[in-house]
Amino acid sequence: MRIYIAKRLLLIVPTLFGAAALVFLIMRVLPGDVALLIFGGDAGGHIDPKQLAAMRERLGLDQPIWVQFGTWLWGVLRFDFGTSLWTGRPVIEELLVRLPLSLELALLATTVSVIIAIPLGMLAAIRQDTWVDYAVRVVSIGGLAIPGFWVGILCILFLVIFFGWGPPLEFTPPWVNPWANLQMMIWPIVTVGYRQAAVTTRMTRSTLLEVLREDYIRTAWAKGLRERAVVIRHALKNSMLPVITLIGTELAFLMGGLVVTETVFTLNGVGRFLIDAVSHRDYPVVQALIFLTASSFVLVNLLVDLTYAWFDPRIRYR
Amino acid sequence: MATNYALTHATASAELSPRLTAAEEVEKFIRTKPVGAAGALIILGMLVLAVFAELLAPYDPYHGDYGLQFARPSAEHWFGTDEFGRDVMSRIMYGARIALFVGFTASFSGCTIGALLGVISAYWGGRVDLLLERLMDILLAFPQLILALAIASILGPAVQNVVIAIAIPVIPRVARVVRSAALSVKENVYVEAVQALGASRPRVILQHIIPNVMAPYIIMVTAQLGAAILAEAALSYLGLGAAEPTPSWGLMLSGSAPSYAEKAPWIALFPGIAISLGVFGFNLFGDSLRDSLDPKLRGR
Repeated sequence: MRIYIAKRLLLIVPTLFGAAALVFLIMRVLPGDVALLIFGGDAGGHIDPKQLAAMRERLGLDQPIWVQFGTWLWGVLRFDFGTSLWTGRPVIEELLVRLPLSLELALLATTVSVIIAIPLGMLAAIRQDTWVDYAVRVVSIGGLAIPGFWVGILCILFLVIFFGWGPPLEFTPPWVNPWANLQMMIWPIVTVGYRQAAVTTRMTRSTLLEVLREDYIRTAWAKGLRERAVVIRHALKNSMLPVITLIGTELAFLMGGLVVTETVFTLNGVGRFLIDAVSHRDYPVVQALIFLTASSFVLVNLLVDLTYAWFDPRIRYR
Repeated sequence: MATNYALTHATASAELSPRLTAAEEVEKFIRTKPVGAAGALIILGMLVLAVFAELLAPYDPYHGDYGLQFARPSAEHWFGTDEFGRDVMSRIMYGARIALFVGFTASFSGCTIGALLGVISAYWGGRVDLLLERLMDILLAFPQLILALAIASILGPAVQNVVIAIAIPVIPRVARVVRSAALSVKENVYVEAVQALGASRPRVILQHIIPNVMAPYIIMVTAQLGAAILAEAALSYLGLGAAEPTPSWGLMLSGSAPSYAEKAPWIALFPGIAISLGVFGFNLFGDSLRDSLDPKLRGR
């Protein structure tokens, strides 16, 4: 196991380096001149060349590209992502203010959806082809087709029309006032969590159906075990591995979901920070956030893989 | 995701069954896969809307009528009008064009580039494989929508940029799947045989590997279609997709639509239904297609 962990950790280094290079490339090379873009140069208006030169210097664009990349990489290693062009404050400071909200939303949405999805998927599997199964399948296939932001909009429509409710603007941390926090977060959780719950339900159902056909399940039945013991102790335990990986792969959608949901509900989280930065052409922030999203995605996937390997020894020795 | 498609068996058993005419083929599909057929029907409906939008749409989707702002759904305007007095139904009909155009071009180009890279990676092996695999790893480090968002934000809001932004994150995902399928095809004796007969590399790839990885390729294309339509809607919603006044479904929901919740909920209701229904159709069709192309799932 230790060798496996070391190997996986080593493999992450080139990936993260590559991700940093790619983000840098997208942000610096693709658009041509970032400084021009910031002043709306693509619109063809008149730009003061002095201002342009000052902006280039501020962004370090007057230096050769290798120096720029080196500076950015060195900053990344020290968690220094430069300063926001919009607020003038360090990117990391702005990020840390917004992180708790997004983390809470992500964690709660994942937890709630798993708590709902696994029993639902199980129910659908053991009552295959009954109305319960059909109902669960319809609801879960809907979760894959309905865009997250529209779920959010529907929540708002519903609340506004029936309760005259408007989204609260100030974020109350759960440790200050859990009730106010929950009131604010419940609908975003529904918005982010619906897709996740749907995918997890489908996965639980299909893997459980596969496992329920195994020989050892027949043996368990033949021993005269009760249904609960067969389904939960023998079948469910053995069908959970793909579901664990799924939580890792779904993280990608979760991050996209955060961006969209925070925009719908005007929550001041990391996702909305990214969208605001994009619309303000605040490139240092965009660059930092995209890179940090990728790194946390890679790290969580590593954790998922390690969990997987811990559960299933066959993977470690490949 | 199941990656090891037992493709040789699939083609062998397909040849044993008697040849069907196109009509019989369609009938068989409806009979054995009613859910998939329902999906196909939805897709067909979208296609008709997209192609004949000029004939079918009752109003000009771009023409605003300030006397008619926020008109309730009525006999004249089935889905009501928006904040500029434009007919919501006509805009949804024209929106099918954008959704299908972006969906098809993004998933086809992304999947095709990905599949080619996957085949090259598997067949060449060695350093080429290693390099391509690392490159794909790096691309896979980015969540799909986040990478699309980064690319779209740099390229600027326009329909063709959305296609590029959505297609690029698809490439590594397809390359992975096709690479592993191609690796197992490569091990077949007939590949060894044609190589021994002196066939050139491009010939082996074009004539023997590619036809045998078509099944996973087609599965990925259909699977990505729905995802691409969803991604287009999300990007447009975030203001990074098609720009006003293009009738894109996502764009119709963005900005002010939710703030008119009390006054005109239909503005935010119908485009969402259109997106969900379209993606639903592609998902149903894609699932059935996968079931009938993937021998492991057949007969379930």
